[in-house]
Amino acid sequence: MSRWSAETQDRARAIVARYPQRRSAAMPLLYLAMLEEGYVSDEGMRQVAEWTGLTPAQVQAVASFYTMFKRRPPGRYLISVCASISCHLLNAAEVLAAIEEETGVAVGETGDDDLFSVERVECIGACGGAVALQVNYELVEGMSPDRAREMCRWLRQERPDLIRSDVLQERFGGQRSFEWGAEEREGAVAPVPAFGPYGSAAEEPA
Amino acid sequence: MSDRILTVRMEALDSHTLQRYEAAGGYETLRRVLSDGMPAGIIDEIKTAGLRGRGGAGFPTGVKWGFLAEATPRYLVVNADESEPGSFKDRQLLERDPHQLVEGIAIAAYALGVHHAFVYVRGEYARPARRLQRALDEARDAGYLGEDVLGSGFDLDVTVHLGAGAYICGEETALLNSLEGRRGEPRLRPPYPAVEGLYARPTIVNNVETISSIPWIVRNGGSAYSAIGPEGSRGTRIFSLSGHVKRPGNYELAMGFTWRHLIYEVGGGIKQDRALKAWIPGGASAPWLVPEHLDEPVTIDDADRLGTMLGSGSVVVMDDTTNVVAAALSIMRFFAHESCGECTPCREGTGWMERILERILGGAGRPADLDLLADIGDNISPGLAWPPAMTTICPLGPSAVSPVVSILRYFRSEVEAMVHGGDRA
Repeated sequence: MSRWSAETQDRARAIVARYPQRRSAAMPLLYLAMLEEGYVSDEGMRQVAEWTGLTPAQVQAVASFYTMFKRRPPGRYLISVCASISCHLLNAAEVLAAIEEETGVAVGETGDDDLFSVERVECIGACGGAVALQVNYELVEGMSPDRAREMCRWLRQERPDLIRSDVLQERFGGQRSFEWGAEEREGAVAPVPAFGPYGSAAEEPA
Repeated sequence: MSDRILTVRMEALDSHTLQRYEAAGGYETLRRVLSDGMPAGIIDEIKTAGLRGRGGAGFPTGVKWGFLAEATPRYLVVNADESEPGSFKDRQLLERDPHQLVEGIAIAAYALGVHHAFVYVRGEYARPARRLQRALDEARDAGYLGEDVLGSGFDLDVTVHLGAGAYICGEETALLNSLEGRRGEPRLRPPYPAVEGLYARPTIVNNVETISSIPWIVRNGGSAYSAIGPEGSRGTRIFSLSGHVKRPGNYELAMGFTWRHLIYEVGGGIKQDRALKAWIPGGASAPWLVPEHLDEPVTIDDADRLGTMLGSGSVVVMDDTTNVVAAALSIMRFFAHESCGECTPCREGTGWMERILERILGGAGRPADLDLLADIGDNISPGLAWPPAMTTICPLGPSAVSPVVSILRYFRSEVEAMVHGGDRA
């Protein structure tokens, strides 16, 4: 039985303390389980059950309901292409096809080298910047098939440890939904939403 | 437009910082209401303002607040699960002016006697969630949150909670289940959340834009707000324009203009000056409108009269090259994917309609498919009207019927032509 690292346990304790009832920590702790092991394993769900007072079956019921809790390890870079109406109208299908071709990874799959996973997702709230996609939940707007290919090549070559929206948008993005404002130095360390209290964010040194 | 309320500070690149917000008079309203010590007066101002919820349903906010049961503890939950296809306004409010939301939360919590508020942010909004968390940390350090806010004796804790990719959690009771660490399945009502919400305690659930409007209303008075816009659609709202429009984006406007103004003046018209074919007036859930409606006023009640809704204010424009069956299929796929599976008509019906649209698009449609689509829709939403009758617990199922009703109503001959292999086209 592989228990979570001391660091992860400290984080779990802090997350549980954010709520009046510990069962509310189930979803944040599932993200924590993904950070610890790269995916939501059976053991991870048992750990979440212990922290929340739920049964492992209840935790599994929650984990299986939400698409962002991955039951198999995704690649290092999870590319999520929006296919909902506004992106559909502006040819999201072509962007997705370009990414599949460039990465050699089909929708819903992970490449043999575990570098990329590609998925088609529903609306990510960037309709004014269609076609939009996310890499490890960091947004890029105004994508074209060519720019999407360039982005995949860059990721393969550079293999950045930190994925930051601002960097991807600057290099590969186009039309935005709105002016993003000041640069954001925080980014994602894994295919988990980068959010300080969950330990999934890191900051690029200035 | 000079009537902007919510987006006035966003020209500055650092509009998300405490420094910028305070420089524009931020948190002064919170300071004043705490020293006045009259929480009930705040609720009266919101009622006077005529503010209606900006999440989609358009329920009067002050009335909702008035329903909050007496029992304690009670909770405020801000719905930042913005996932309606076409909608991206809350993302801008979270990223570009999070302190406006935080002050709104603090004022609302004080008015409602709440000491723990939650913001449920969709998991894909990592960047907005980070900005919001940083704003909360700044506000706490400055004494606007936490114990004994500004020396008033009022305590307030705010927790940001990330979703994990489920549109249904934008429905308020599904959101509450999700926040309790459950599957995001809607609850039967009654009881309404104002009586039994989070942890079965009295709870108010409000949209980001709704709560972001609170500081301005309380600062300037409810009657100043109700002086903006027409009866029934008071104040400003943020319209998200997308699709085949030249200038997509978020536009904060006082309501009362026409669709023609919104699409052609505000949005700059159709890309490449093509002809307009149709538009979705209020997010993917809303029945579509077509060019004959261009001179109709954009208000909540007028949209209602036309059998549709302003919903979350998301307008998706389609030009004359749009294949309406493909567009309807994109929307149907969304709902089929996002159906939580709790109610049979929605769980089975959305997938069935998706497969029918797929075969029509693929050239294998049958003449009976049009009536079959309408029949399946009728089993989810009897009468196919809007606002919908429902055989389901929540409106997701009826929302999925909207694209089908729309193409059968306005583009029937086009769909028929596809079914007949083009020989009638």
